[in-house]
Amino acid sequence: MAIFVQFAIGLVFGLGLILSGMSNPAKVLNFLDVGGIPAGTWDASLAFVMAGAIAVTFVGFNRVSKLARPFFAERFYVPMRKDIDPKIVIGPAIFGIGWGLAGFCPGPALTALGFGSISAFIFVAAMCAGMVLARFIAQLPSSTRAVTPADPLET
Amino acid sequence: MVVTPFTPIASLLGGALIGLSAVLLMWATGRIAGVSGIVARLFPPYQDREFTGRLVFVAGLVAAPVLVRLVTGSFPTQTIEAGAAVLIVAGLLTGFGTVWGSGCTSGHGVCGLSRLSVRSLVATVTFMAMAIATVFVTRHWS
Repeated sequence: MAIFVQFAIGLVFGLGLILSGMSNPAKVLNFLDVGGIPAGTWDASLAFVMAGAIAVTFVGFNRVSKLARPFFAERFYVPMRKDIDPKIVIGPAIFGIGWGLAGFCPGPALTALGFGSISAFIFVAAMCAGMVLARFIAQLPSSTRAVTPADPLET
Repeated sequence: MVVTPFTPIASLLGGALIGLSAVLLMWATGRIAGVSGIVARLFPPYQDREFTGRLVFVAGLVAAPVLVRLVTGSFPTQTIEAGAAVLIVAGLLTGFGTVWGSGCTSGHGVCGLSRLSVRSLVATVTFMAMAIATVFVTRHWS
């Protein structure tokens, strides 16, 4: 049951990416292209994607957090970290360059796979390689850090 | 470059669907709908038993355009201008950066910001600024 529900939730996410235009890299790049404002080619649509999404999650997370526990799990797994370490700047800076080069972030790239696109396949394969590399480096013993987080991906 | 039409209504509704999905995932599994985190955890080292749930969530993402095609008869518009070499570099940077920075557009940009997370705000401002700078360089400095 939980499996079918999680599939449906992923499907809703993917339909949202398609309807919003996020699954089209040309649209994403035209949003990021503030240099296109004078020429009139800037596409502001993606600001509306973020507004629509955050409006729903802001209210929805609040409601859900009042429940005793999730429907299919024992407890909530919500990130509690508040520290600003170098990784929270360096990681997104690297990701931003990748996003700006191709117009793909992880969700839309996966949805683009369903279009049967070879380009999306190439991007996703490289993305997975980058993820595996980062996870490998993150779990190497470090002399500069005394305590290794239990999960290097914890937001 | 390809000029794209301004679609505020469709984008707002599509965004609301993305938000709905994130709320439903929190309700069902108690976890953040961060796509980079979900994909990265499909690879070892494994720290929990959520592999199947993550795999079917990703399968749902991939199935969305197939469903749209079944219903409407055609795929939605999609234009990928980058060549293979750029796609490989961009994919590596995206994969590495999202794991190093603990999230991407969905985990930090949507879920994190709506939870008023300071780390997510720092991350979102940083990747937006770098993406805008990258597009400015590739489109206007040549």
